[in-house]
Amino acid sequence: MFSEYSKIVKDGLWLNNQAFVALLGLCPLLAVSNTVINGLGLGLATTMTLVFSNTIISLIRNFVPDEVRLPVFVLVIASVVTMIELAMNAWFFGLYKILGIFIPLIVTNCSIIGRAEAYASKQRADKAFLDGLSMGLGFTFALVTLGSLREVIGSGTLFTKAELMFGEAATTWQIDVITDYSGMLLAILPPGAFIGLGLLIALKNIIDTKIKQRKPAHIQIPIQAAQEQ
Amino acid sequence: MNSIIKNTFSAATILGIFSLLGLGLTSFTFHKTETKIQENERLALLTNLKAVIPESLYDNDIVNDTLEVTDLNQDSTKPAVIYRARKKGEPVAAIMTVVTPFGYSGNITLLVAVKTDGTLTGVRTIAHRETPGLGDKIEIERSDWISSFDGKSLDNPSDTQWAVKRDSGYFDQLTGATITPRAVVGAVKNALLYFKHNQARIFSTTESTPEGGN
Repeated sequence: MFSEYSKIVKDGLWLNNQAFVALLGLCPLLAVSNTVINGLGLGLATTMTLVFSNTIISLIRNFVPDEVRLPVFVLVIASVVTMIELAMNAWFFGLYKILGIFIPLIVTNCSIIGRAEAYASKQRADKAFLDGLSMGLGFTFALVTLGSLREVIGSGTLFTKAELMFGEAATTWQIDVITDYSGMLLAILPPGAFIGLGLLIALKNIIDTKIKQRKPAHIQIPIQAAQEQ
Repeated sequence: MNSIIKNTFSAATILGIFSLLGLGLTSFTFHKTETKIQENERLALLTNLKAVIPESLYDNDIVNDTLEVTDLNQDSTKPAVIYRARKKGEPVAAIMTVVTPFGYSGNITLLVAVKTDGTLTGVRTIAHRETPGLGDKIEIERSDWISSFDGKSLDNPSDTQWAVKRDSGYFDQLTGATITPRAVVGAVKNALLYFKHNQARIFSTTESTPEGGN
């Protein structure tokens, strides 16, 4: 039972990461990953959407006939996103202004309808909830990683405009990683997002390969040790 | 046959129920957040206005003392909002929402505040899509270039000097960007000329549109 839940978490965060593995939701991923805070803001909004849409869809899965399930899913997702958009407009106005059109566009993020159709519509609510949370956090992780990469290379800072999310106390959070940096335009502009994402996917593949190589090695070591003795 | 009709009907009913539920929930959220959102927008506007005109200069509710004109911006028929600052009922300054299409990419929206004697109290960029790192230095957060307009008027610098240095004018251009500051300087000058010729009309209280401000 426990392993089933931990598999959901592992899938969402790493093995089936929506951005790095499934390559879903690239439009918002590439557009708003120019700073850490922008990435974090959109990532958390997407996570909230996934959690709510997955849970609701799992709860209603037995009442919705197959023929109309997709329109119903779209309705649920659109309602959830509209409510999140209004809430952000009311309580995170500065961030809302910056993320702009990408908040309503969460509706069109394929990973949300993808999780609804592939997972939530077939599973119990608690699992669907955890799946939404893990997939969302995995997507946020991708956005924040790409965001920090682009922010450091592009502007030489980290956590700029943190006050948009964390309030006045966060005005001093900005870290000047490289002082007196004239900036690198390529990293801030859209091509930088593609190149950055490519590099991160490559890095993930290297890590995965390393992990795979190490596993058989672990089994071999005791055998070799035994032969030497 | 009957069962097909029955199935279709029940599917349609369920879809209908979900539409109504979704509609109900979103309109509930809308009503809960409406006043807060309006307040945010008013505060954001007020912050922008405060940046171009010192609060001590006026005592009226400038957010709501507005006038909409259609002849302020070149190449745009969209009405432009002018906020009117008054002290004890007397006109003090006008803050014009100026839009110029001559930027490097898309429109640049500026707030231009002019006192009745024709001097600028401040200019701020409120929306643009200029290149990050180059043209975006017209934002006050990135460079103080935009404050080089403070205290300027149509006679200071002289008419021919209302241009960037590249065009043998008074104003600095930005490193790596000439088109953007050229557009901004042109738009500010145009706003000053408009103010000079239409001052009486701008401050006439009969054209007040109290419901404006957004």
